Amino acid sequence: MKIIVGISDQKLCRVPDTLITYALGSCVGICMFDKTAGIAGLAHVMLPDSSAIPADSNKCKFADTAIPLLFDAMVQSGASPSRITAKIAGGANMFAPVSEAMSIGDRNVEATKAALAKLGVPIIASDTGLNYGRTVSFSPEDGMMEIVSSLKGNKTI
Amino acid sequence: MIKSYDDLNPVQLDVLREIGNIGSGNAATALSQLLGRCVDMQVPKVQLMDIGDAINTLGSPDKLVVGILVRLSGDLDGMIMFLLEEAFAKTIVTGLTGNHPFTLYELSPEDASVLSEIGNIMGGSYINAIADLSSTVIDMSVPMLTVDMLGAIMTVPATELSEAYEKVLMISEQFLIDSIEIQSDMLLIPTVASLSNILKILGADS
Repeated sequence: MKIIVGISDQKLCRVPDTLITYALGSCVGICMFDKTAGIAGLAHVMLPDSSAIPADSNKCKFADTAIPLLFDAMVQSGASPSRITAKIAGGANMFAPVSEAMSIGDRNVEATKAALAKLGVPIIASDTGLNYGRTVSFSPEDGMMEIVSSLKGNKTI
Repeated sequence: MIKSYDDLNPVQLDVLREIGNIGSGNAATALSQLLGRCVDMQVPKVQLMDIGDAINTLGSPDKLVVGILVRLSGDLDGMIMFLLEEAFAKTIVTGLTGNHPFTLYELSPEDASVLSEIGNIMGGSYINAIADLSSTVIDMSVPMLTVDMLGAIMTVPATELSEAYEKVLMISEQFLIDSIEIQSDMLLIPTVASLSNILKILGADS
């Protein structure tokens, strides 16, 4: 079964199911994987920092809160913290940023890397930045992340 | 004084709808002049909705569309996002520059430039409607264009402005050009503070 992960959402799956999230623009898709346990998780985060919008209680929306949440869910489902690895994709700049400040896509990628580093989860592959949308799917069967774009071709990382 | 979009009363929503109607009329006139053809339009559908609902209403997130972004400043802060499907883009571009192969998968720089200008003109139609009615000055940025997945384009209004702009005014228009029906969707996304100010000037603040 293909399990769809929405915007500001996250899900886990086991072999033989797969995870998919559509049309990442400036958002980042984070896949966590424990090969031995055969468990994968996918989070689709929209913004870097939950402290910027305290009124918003959706932990899945922000990189700094969504990533620990996904990590905990993986561990609770039987993944070993020391075996979890990550692959990330997205964080594009769909249009030129409005100011000199880092674009939201870049900030999402930075926040994602920081949150994963804090948990000690290594990023073993990534496809981030540039200026196009990506649909991402992940299979816990082989641990591969498939990235599909409209105009820039497809790749597997 | 409105603090969030949820505070809008029925009169204020009517004012926003009327702005949509006038803007669409202006846009049809501008298109007609540009194309040198008769452009009919139906009464546009104007809805205030959550950004998530807007994305769902617009179609499949991986649908390929043209997105044209115009930023607003001055008396109205925010952005306009135009979403054009291939049929609309093709009708306009070939109507203006003559018949030639046209596909969003291989958009030439010239065709992209034509579409940006269309976004500029149509955006101006709405912004002029608001500025005229409220006697305010609204500046528009140079239009920025991209061709990509609908969902990916929509992350721009959804994320960049997620603090101040929870809702969008979606104006869906059906134009009839030479008996071909084409649809465009325009999202007008003002900050709550700017919108409040404009409604106040229009006398719809209570």
